[in-house]
Amino acid sequence: MASPENNKLDVAYVAQLARLELDPGSVAALQRDMEAIVDYINELSELDVSGIQPTAHAMEQTNVWREDISRPGYAREQMLANAPAIIEEELIRVPQVLPGEGMS
Amino acid sequence: MDLQRMTIARAAAAMAKGELSSRELVTAYLNAVAEKDVKVNAFLKTDAEKLLALADASDARRKAGNALSEWDGIPIGIKDCIVVEGETCSCASKLLENVVSPYDSTAVARLKKLGFIPFGRLNMDEFAMGSSCENSAFKKTANPWDITRVPGGSSGGSAAAVAARMVTAALGSDTGGSIRQPASFCGIVGVKPTYGRVPRYGLVAFASSLDQIGPMTNSVEDAAIILDAICGKDPADSTSLDVPAPKLLDAVRNTDTTTLKGVKIGLPQEYLNAPGLSEDVRKALDSALEKLKSLGAELVEVSLPHTKYAVAVYYIIATAEASANLARFDGIRYGARKEAGDLVQSYFASRGAGFGDEVKRRILLGTYVLSSGYYDAYYLRAQKVRTLIRQDFDNAFKQCDVLLTPVTPATAFKFGEKSDPLQMYLSDIFTIALNLSGNCGMSVPYTLDSGGMPIGLQVIAPALAEERLLSFGRVLEANAEKPEFIPDI
Repeated sequence: MASPENNKLDVAYVAQLARLELDPGSVAALQRDMEAIVDYINELSELDVSGIQPTAHAMEQTNVWREDISRPGYAREQMLANAPAIIEEELIRVPQVLPGEGMS
Repeated sequence: MDLQRMTIARAAAAMAKGELSSRELVTAYLNAVAEKDVKVNAFLKTDAEKLLALADASDARRKAGNALSEWDGIPIGIKDCIVVEGETCSCASKLLENVVSPYDSTAVARLKKLGFIPFGRLNMDEFAMGSSCENSAFKKTANPWDITRVPGGSSGGSAAAVAARMVTAALGSDTGGSIRQPASFCGIVGVKPTYGRVPRYGLVAFASSLDQIGPMTNSVEDAAIILDAICGKDPADSTSLDVPAPKLLDAVRNTDTTTLKGVKIGLPQEYLNAPGLSEDVRKALDSALEKLKSLGAELVEVSLPHTKYAVAVYYIIATAEASANLARFDGIRYGARKEAGDLVQSYFASRGAGFGDEVKRRILLGTYVLSSGYYDAYYLRAQKVRTLIRQDFDNAFKQCDVLLTPVTPATAFKFGEKSDPLQMYLSDIFTIALNLSGNCGMSVPYTLDSGGMPIGLQVIAPALAEERLLSFGRVLEANAEKPEFIPDI
């Protein structure tokens, strides 16, 4: 496992993971901010946490079941009203997914 | 009509006697918005025509003897991350600027069922990430007590609107103090319920294991009225708790505000000795303790030994959850799209153009702490320290009934004063621990500082002890150094 102390955060790389375009002019400042924040959160490494169970939720609940019953959904036009681009009033138009020839 | 002293309870009483109509009340608030919001900038939107139609419908129901409840016709402001059917929900982000919700959040649906009228969309830090409202993509909300200062955040619009009497009360959301801190900065009451008390369905998720919707009001009684309405299990939110509903309004109305005999108030030493705690806030707390002691309360020193780690734990867990929750905003099915080459390049471009700087910082931090090789060192470790923080509260509550602490180290700061993100995060030190532990807590306005800015005090109670929380809050309110908090705006 990589340890946080000897690994530097690379903002440009993490932005790729997060699918986030960064303005090139902002990368240096972000890098500085992030390093300061990571330095700060590294103080947790001084605590001995062996044998301690992690808390994922403040009020732990497991396996909340319900019957699988069909229910009415929303009208198509209502959902499409928020779409940035649609085709023929019934589909969401998206940019090309696979490389190759363009689609009509 | 005395709009400056209007509360839900007073409006309901006047309506019941036929002295006030919903149209008169809504009109008065619309006029207040027109007059004051040019300076305060709390509202992103208000639709006067629609609001007056809803008010008329309420008046007609009441006239016919069919009022939905005694609160029918009372307006309540809604933070812009809580959805209302047919209204925009932008989370103060360019990415969601024109998105209209097709449904009601459970909290809003429950309020509507009682006749409350959702009144406008209230400004906030983008996606609830911030402590000053300065991270809104659209406008900077001012503190009604001094418009050169911030109202706090992220529910800053809600706090400023309620404090400036532009609406009776509001809903906010609290992930690390986003209800309590702005309530304290603006001199109003704000409650973060126990995690799971109020369904999160229709609250745009920031950090799902920490987020809670709660009331922001001009009295503890009003907070009880709203909480009674919105608490309770919801099949649409599997984390909402299936527990008996508290009877908070009864609890508050039955509270004897002249005695605290037998009540033990815990004072967490780590909070009192926190770096940066201002003289004025410390003095306010001391004055309150003196007063509460004179009512018969016993003061007990307690320890929350892992306090110094709470900010670090919070910024790991909250950002990790946020990076996952905000992955859905890609400009494909809804929201603003910026097309660039193929699908994946469009994700990058839309997110890059749509999110502001603080949201980007938090997505980056969250992605980093969850990335390959770092998960154990950061996220898993933070979850373990979260357990220690929970245990701190459990142990403290073995010695006392409630905790009394500051809400923030200092009163509202000036715009631009905290430009360093880490410095901003550290000012959340007193509020974030109970989002991690799940306990309930509230801010109650107590006095003004030497510069005339409000100081609230934080009451913390064990999980699901809202009745105790609000009863104690009511005693604190009745014995506050300043009898009322009305800014001159």
